[in-house]
Amino acid sequence: MKVRLERLAMARSGDKGEGSNVGVLARSDAAYAFLKEHLTAERVRTHFHGINRGGVERFEADNLRALNFLLLDSLGGGGSASLKTDAQGKTHGLALLRLELDVPEELLRGLPNPG
Amino acid sequence: MAAHKKVLVANGQGFWGDSILGPVRLLREGPLDYLTLDYLAEVTLSIMQKQRSRDPRAGYATDFVHLIERVLPELLEKNVKVVANAGGVNPHACKDALLAVIGKRAASGVKVAVVEGDDILERLDELLQRGETLANLDTKRPLAEIRDRVLSANVYLGAFPIAEALGQGAQIVLCGRCTDPSLVVGPLVHEFGWTHADHARLASATVAGHIVECGAQCTGGNYTDWRAVPDLAMVGYPLVEAEADGTFAITKHAGTGGLCTVDTVRHQLVYEMGDPRRYLGPDCVADFTSVRLAQEGPERVRVDGVRGLAPTNTYKVSISYLAGWKASGELTLSGPDALEKARLCARIVWERLAYDGCHYGPEERLEEYVGAGTCHAGIPGGESASPPEVVLRLGVKGPDRRKVDRFGSELVPLVTSGPPGVTGFAGGRPKATEIVGYWPALMKKDLVKPRVSVFTS
Repeated sequence: MKVRLERLAMARSGDKGEGSNVGVLARSDAAYAFLKEHLTAERVRTHFHGINRGGVERFEADNLRALNFLLLDSLGGGGSASLKTDAQGKTHGLALLRLELDVPEELLRGLPNPG
Repeated sequence: MAAHKKVLVANGQGFWGDSILGPVRLLREGPLDYLTLDYLAEVTLSIMQKQRSRDPRAGYATDFVHLIERVLPELLEKNVKVVANAGGVNPHACKDALLAVIGKRAASGVKVAVVEGDDILERLDELLQRGETLANLDTKRPLAEIRDRVLSANVYLGAFPIAEALGQGAQIVLCGRCTDPSLVVGPLVHEFGWTHADHARLASATVAGHIVECGAQCTGGNYTDWRAVPDLAMVGYPLVEAEADGTFAITKHAGTGGLCTVDTVRHQLVYEMGDPRRYLGPDCVADFTSVRLAQEGPERVRVDGVRGLAPTNTYKVSISYLAGWKASGELTLSGPDALEKARLCARIVWERLAYDGCHYGPEERLEEYVGAGTCHAGIPGGESASPPEVVLRLGVKGPDRRKVDRFGSELVPLVTSGPPGVTGFAGGRPKATEIVGYWPALMKKDLVKPRVSVFTS
């Protein structure tokens, strides 16, 4: 079934040089295994086409059930050079949680439903 | 007994501008050995450098002096030690102001330490002559390209000068630029007698410092499941309860608002994390993929397992420089057809400026339609085609100050010469302000000599 990433994960973001750092925190071990396979750097790059003009790097931290993404050119110049409202990428985590995924239904069992 | 010694370090200020209630309440609402306060963001030092060039007594975080004035009785009564990077680019002026405030409160014998050696602005030419390129870490370009526009230059110092200051009996330690986690690591080095070779303990303490460095962001602030967070108004700021082996718990005072769970803590662990395997600090390299988190109680998260490696032989340097000018302003468009009218307003502004010879390239101008999908542009579900009203934000930047200033005078005229429903122009004409460029670099450690001096009220 189709759900938004927010069902499977939480997120926090902030600035990192001229890009943003978006950490995705899976809500269960099964959700983490699923996201590790399907939430690729390419998928995230496509999702942020209207915000990020650079590449996307992905890091994994299994101990935190976390995937960490660097959006390399997403702040309109970064720091004090940016004219953007969200010059520090504070809302990029929530933007990523809007991503729609096709997930097996059993993955959602026991997870909160904020909708 | 020494093996069971625990040290409580709280962070009461996540950045310059954070609520004064953080430290005020920490001192009031529970036990505490150390209070750390972070006042410096990347561009803060350039602002302070500018203040100092106009007034030799300025260039530090004045908020800090006001805070100490307010909480001094509790500080002395509970014998809480304070570590803050409030010294900015003028730590001695900060120290003098502090001693005056303490003196006014008739408290004598309070020791204030100053940690220096981070400010290398006056040494830049000497360093370049010695062969340090101070090349930009991201672009690899040499500093020489922007040397004449540099506003500030500071090394990120580590924990050991702070520990030395505490060892000399300081109750308040004032630093300029040091890494944010060092404010926490310093007291633990002092309390537990760690050495430079204790990489794992230093790394564990660095993780602790990273978790609390943004204040309430690890205790329920900016948390995804925000509906589940009780009493954010009275959110508790975080405490590190550290032990001699470097392991620690993250907690907050009983009865305070917010949440302290594995989830709130891992939210902050990934913040600005970059590569989790190599979190670089001046005293160690921490491996975030080794961190183990466990819920130990309702408001208490146990952290252990942290692996650490030896640090690199360089310090990170933060240089700021004048990188041009920018201006931005906004108008509010009511409906009907708010978005369509806002788009027309933007076209009108650019066309009128072009008539006067002011052209701005696609990289030099910004159009935002706040309310129609600015933060989440292009994201499914993040935009609206027909919002009932829109805030139009326009901005320009570039090397020519006059051209940037000229832009500011074409917003307000839309009230009478644009479509109907233009309002919200109370801010007047936007003026050009400096763009402060950030230039990260590296520098050999043996070229930096941190200094500690202690003064008594």
